Amino acid sequence: MPDKVQIKVTVNGVEHHNEVEPRLLLVHYLRETLGLTGTHVGCDTSQCGACTVHLDGQAVKSCTMFAVQADGCNLTTIEGLGSAGNLHPVQEGFWEMHGLQCGFCTPGMIMAAVDLLNKNPQPSEAEIRHALEGNLCRCTGYHNIVRAVQYAADKMAGKIGAAADD
Amino acid sequence: MADKLFGKAMKRVEDPRFITGTGNYTDDMTLPGMVHAAMVRSPYAHARIKKIDVSKARSYPGVLAVITGQEMKDAGINGIPTGWLHPGIKTPPHYAITFDKARHVGDIVAAVIAETRQIAEDAAELVEVDYEPLPAVALGSDALKPGAPAVHDDVPDNVCFTWSIGDKAAVDAAFASAHKTVKLNLRNNRLVPNAMEPRASLAQYLKASDEYTLWTTSQNPHIHRLLIAAFIMGIPEHKLRVIAPDVGGGFGSKIYQYPEEIIVLYAAKKLNRPVKWTARRSESFVTDSHGRDHETVAEMAVDQSGKITAVRVDTIANMGAYLTTFAPAVPTYLYGCLLAGTYTTPHIYCHVTAPFTHTTPVDAYRGAGRPEATYLLERLVDVMAHELGMDPVEFRRKNLIPPDAFPYQTPVALQYDSGNYEANLDKALELVNYKALRQQQEEWRKQGRYMGIGVITFIEACGLAPSALVGSLGAQAGQWESALVRVMPTGKVEVFTGTHSHGQGHETAFAQVVADELQIPVEDVVLVHGDTGRMPYGWGSYGSRSAPTGLSAIVLATRKIIDKAKKIAAHLLEASPDDIVHEDGKFMVKGVPDKAKTFFDIALMAHLAHNYPADLEPGLEATHFYDPKNFVFPFGTHIAVVEVDPDTGKVKLLRYLSVDDCGPVINPLIADGQVHGGVAQGLGQALLEEAVYDKEGQILSGNFLEYTLPRADDMVQIEHDHTVTPCPHNPLGIKGIGEAGTIASTAAVANAVMDALRPFGIVHLDMPYTPEKVWRAIQATKPLSQAAD
Ligand code: FES
Ligand code: FES
Repeated sequence: MPDKVQIKVTVNGVEHHNEVEPRLLLVHYLRETLGLTGTHVGCDTSQCGACTVHLDGQAVKSCTMFAVQADGCNLTTIEGLGSAGNLHPVQEGFWEMHGLQCGFCTPGMIMAAVDLLNKNPQPSEAEIRHALEGNLCRCTGYHNIVRAVQYAADKMAGKIGAAADD
Repeated sequence: MADKLFGKAMKRVEDPRFITGTGNYTDDMTLPGMVHAAMVRSPYAHARIKKIDVSKARSYPGVLAVITGQEMKDAGINGIPTGWLHPGIKTPPHYAITFDKARHVGDIVAAVIAETRQIAEDAAELVEVDYEPLPAVALGSDALKPGAPAVHDDVPDNVCFTWSIGDKAAVDAAFASAHKTVKLNLRNNRLVPNAMEPRASLAQYLKASDEYTLWTTSQNPHIHRLLIAAFIMGIPEHKLRVIAPDVGGGFGSKIYQYPEEIIVLYAAKKLNRPVKWTARRSESFVTDSHGRDHETVAEMAVDQSGKITAVRVDTIANMGAYLTTFAPAVPTYLYGCLLAGTYTTPHIYCHVTAPFTHTTPVDAYRGAGRPEATYLLERLVDVMAHELGMDPVEFRRKNLIPPDAFPYQTPVALQYDSGNYEANLDKALELVNYKALRQQQEEWRKQGRYMGIGVITFIEACGLAPSALVGSLGAQAGQWESALVRVMPTGKVEVFTGTHSHGQGHETAFAQVVADELQIPVEDVVLVHGDTGRMPYGWGSYGSRSAPTGLSAIVLATRKIIDKAKKIAAHLLEASPDDIVHEDGKFMVKGVPDKAKTFFDIALMAHLAHNYPADLEPGLEATHFYDPKNFVFPFGTHIAVVEVDPDTGKVKLLRYLSVDDCGPVINPLIADGQVHGGVAQGLGQALLEEAVYDKEGQILSGNFLEYTLPRADDMVQIEHDHTVTPCPHNPLGIKGIGEAGTIASTAAVANAVMDALRPFGIVHLDMPYTPEKVWRAIQATKPLSQAAD
């Protein structure tokens, strides 16, 4: 078995020190080593985006990286984005607009949408669709995902008040 | 009490866990001492297994066991049975791990169990299988040719079954005397369902009690328990608990009793350790049950007046290498019986031949048979309308079943209970502004732009029932549903259903209805599903049965609760139960509103039983087993508008509008969401998706690079509305909506693309309409419009 490598990663504000196999994918490090199972694995060809997390503020597909490549980095996963009672506007948008059904693509979809809004706070429908091209959803037909992102953009621009019950 | 929740777009109670990453899918689970399984799969579509040498794999550090098919057979593990039998059907055994031959790419030949998934996968590579590759056959019609390689030695002609419905002589006569006939050769492309959550199974065996638990990605955990207990492993049914926790989409692909579920159960006992297996997507592509895959000759006859007189269909429906749980039902009762569609066609005949091939087994995929029926019928209707020089909408209108004809007996067994098709069609036409669209199409054609408009009407039959009927048709299952409604001493309510929600939002929609029925806050209701250890029984979720069958059972159980609560209230209020009314969340004496008890008062007294009717059992819970009288028959009109770029062959969706009739809508947010997702899946079949096999039975589109799912920019915002025609035979008048989008949209998009290509003289192309296919088809013609220019 290959020698293990020591890494230091900050995930959702918490610093972790672990010995990992060099071939361990970042997504498996998050799910199996740290137990952060909100980040999902939907494919083995980097096509689905279910594994999307933020690495130093940028959306990345965590199945396309080894854990060792994240050494010294700052990661945010869906668990660190917001919590019940303190949701990120994008999470709130997905809830308000029924942007999810089975929920499997949702963490990756939300992380990709946050990344979009960080870069482009008022995207057009076409820009939203284009930005989410790397994230597959088999349930929603994307209709309400688009609306969820529009809701979040409006919310972040102060155009929408507090949501009814969260 | 607050306003009624039925009909309210309540946001979903299941969402907080999913949007915060705290859902609980099977692969998210870890048990103490858990080990991992990896499968050794055949790279050949057909090969004799001459020898398996597991020694290298077995001695790899961290490997605990390497399991072969022979070992499991010797241990008394039987094959996996199908759940639907036709007369004369061939059911060759399907062992979880094959030991004689591999019959499709991905067929399991051994399983490695190891301390980690990585070790299991590494060691799987070390299992040495000596294969003798054999000729394979992938296409249904090829499998039926004389001399084709047999998939199963005891089925030398590969014919699993043949089936037919309708009066052939009457149909032939109608064709003989027809004014006009049209004929299409259609290929209904094979699809891979691709739920975003890959399949996973985790098994635990407890030695002390000799009990097993299986957590698995399933739409129907009770069916698994029954099949495993009664047929496959002989585990006493009460010693096996099957749990389907959060499941990331199913679409039919999580009905089937899969081999891996048997393997992890077997290994968990053998090693006395919990064993988990999770599919990689590349495994999903070759082992999740596929959908569709028909080769069909479809014909339609009309009389002088433009009335359809007959439809004749001959289909080869590819079963794949083994029979899945419901595969035999799909191209038969869910297909041939739907060929009347929304039309008054008096004579219909459908003949189906179902061959085995060296491909992944096929099962129900969203819509299951009904999209295939709708596609062929609506293609025929468009082609015939064109032949007759009629507008396709007017041709449809002429043939629709009129509203006063219900209940309507079709010539293919089904009796539609209710419908109002023309009103639904008119609403859709008005919303889309059909006349203006046709004018725009004319103008665009003059400019050399190719717009296509596809209008289709459809019905579906869902919530298969009653059980005696489906049993007589071959089902090896009941199709009733159970509900248990349990009121706790504090007035909180647990509702147990035998259906399963894997994206459909039952935890919300069903709670809304229960809250209405019991007149309590919706927050006081929780829905429990997907665990054989908790609910009375269940046949699971598929065929859009959860609302019409499962929720109806729940409603009838809540009504038993109300009846009992009235007796308790009557006792407490010293009145007759007949004088108690249930209003505003209270049980009160009719006309005396201040003589009232709250739901909480009743719940508490039912449990304390201190001051209680002498002849009444304590407690407040009710079970109901509901067997519907008939299927339910949702219907609708879907309209797709596309533009084809003749230079690239690219099809662009411009608009999509649907008007669905699923009866009264419980939660429009959820119902509309089902339509959106269904439409995208159906559009995927029309434009993008196909499981392509080569002659050797290798899948050429076995990953997301080659198998194209609809992505966000393939879709548009869907325009959507309803008409409401209640089902006359269930307590809420509800029908199903889970499959409507998929049933309708493939045909709507296909007709739109063919409409766009009409100026080129193209009458029919097989799906999917990829740019290359469309471009080549255009190149092969002389564009009439150009000639005109
Ligand atoms: S799991 Fe990373 S892209 Fe699919
Ligand atoms: S919500 Fe199921 S895959 Fe997107």
